[in-house]
Amino acid sequence: MLTPAVLVRPATHTDAETPATKAEAKDLSFYYGGFQALKNISMILHEKKVTALIGPSGCGKSTFLRCFNRMHDLYPGNRYEGEIRFHPDDTNLLGRDVDPIEVRMRISMVFQKPNPFPKSIFENVAYGLRVRGLRSRRAIEEKVEQALRRAALWDEAKDRLQDLAFNLSGGQQQRLCIARALATDPEILLFDEPTSALDPIATTSIEELIHNLKDKVTILIVTHNMQQAARVSDYTAYMYLGELVEFGVTDEIFIKPRKKETEDYITGRFG
Amino acid sequence: MSEHLSKQYDNDLETLRSGVLQMGGLVEAQIRGAIEAFSTGNHAAMEQVIANEPGVNGHEVKIDTDCSHIIAKRQPAAGDLRLIMAISKTVTDLERIGDEAEKIARMSKQIHEHGRVELQHFANIRHAADIALSMLRQALDAFARLDAAAAAGVIREDRAIDTEFRSILRQLITFMMEDPRTISTALEIVWIAKAIERIGDHAKNIAEYVIYIVKGTDVRHTKLEQVEREALG
Repeated sequence: MLTPAVLVRPATHTDAETPATKAEAKDLSFYYGGFQALKNISMILHEKKVTALIGPSGCGKSTFLRCFNRMHDLYPGNRYEGEIRFHPDDTNLLGRDVDPIEVRMRISMVFQKPNPFPKSIFENVAYGLRVRGLRSRRAIEEKVEQALRRAALWDEAKDRLQDLAFNLSGGQQQRLCIARALATDPEILLFDEPTSALDPIATTSIEELIHNLKDKVTILIVTHNMQQAARVSDYTAYMYLGELVEFGVTDEIFIKPRKKETEDYITGRFG
Repeated sequence: MSEHLSKQYDNDLETLRSGVLQMGGLVEAQIRGAIEAFSTGNHAAMEQVIANEPGVNGHEVKIDTDCSHIIAKRQPAAGDLRLIMAISKTVTDLERIGDEAEKIARMSKQIHEHGRVELQHFANIRHAADIALSMLRQALDAFARLDAAAAAGVIREDRAIDTEFRSILRQLITFMMEDPRTISTALEIVWIAKAIERIGDHAKNIAEYVIYIVKGTDVRHTKLEQVEREALG
């Protein structure tokens, strides 16, 4: 039996070394119509750290991730309970008075398969900036270059910015999507299995990128690849059947998890 | 611990564990043979211990290679990772115990070949060797049963063997002072006593690895009281 009481913050942290809180899910439940996909989840997202969500298929990790930028609002019948406090504003991301479009500007998302727009490389990155109302050509060019550099794509793309994005390789397309997500200077970046469609070399470059990005942005990543979670994240949360089973510092979760359920899952004993 | 989804993974880990116990059994036999050789001057026993030593080394290399293969193929985590790390360290200690047994056999050969045997030292050395053997056996039992409390018991016992070593040393020093003609033999017996004391240290190390496997806590270089708290907590 799973115990509902899960540590909101890793137990081994002392107050002095606990990083600032960027967001905090409080008693978050989520329903797809009549089906409850998330059950009273309380968890902190530490600022400028990478937090990985792991768990078997259907455990609710992608559902949880998508709550952060209100992706579920796009479909009728979906319902949130509880809240996600977003700092430093201390607003509830799930509040009815909060505009989901504004949320998505500040909390960007990168999906499993690269999904560039059928436009040029340049326009893919510039799109969000234009939606945001940026008009100056020069300012847009600067922002596009900055985003492509941060996504480690500038050197490969600078001479072909007007090429169709689909002409890039899979790994490059995914980095383009990351650049597109970065262009609006988001505070949180959500990754939903960002490398599951990529080869090992492209996967390594994305992982390296995630590592470099955390200086500036808070990252939440869903991954089926436990080794990837161990490599890229500072914190790991294990979810099962819509519940948060264990949340802790990644090094501890992968060497000495506190709960048997977590140990069974990460050691491949889960049946 | 429940089974892995992959039966092959379970088999690989079981092969590793039984390999360690097999190597442990061989090393125990080496110590018994070496002490027998020292006590009785049985030449065949000495030669047997020396001849078996490459077999002990072979076990170490084989088990270490198997550990590397499992790490490369399975990327073990949590308890599995701790088990494999501990096994890799355990076989190093077992191999060194094997070296100490060989050293005792070679020293015994020298002592007996030169006919300089001082019978009164046999009882003390045997007693120290019994403690060391018992520590090794208990450490291997604790490993087999993943019993942290039993492992803590082995660590506690290391004090007894250290005391025994100091007592042997004191006696031998007195002996050498009384009759300088015995210095050469006495020094060889000191080496044997030291080898036995080292066997105790290695058994203690193995016990510490067992606590690491079971509790996930590295208790090396910590006080006995803290080790016991971790092991029993």
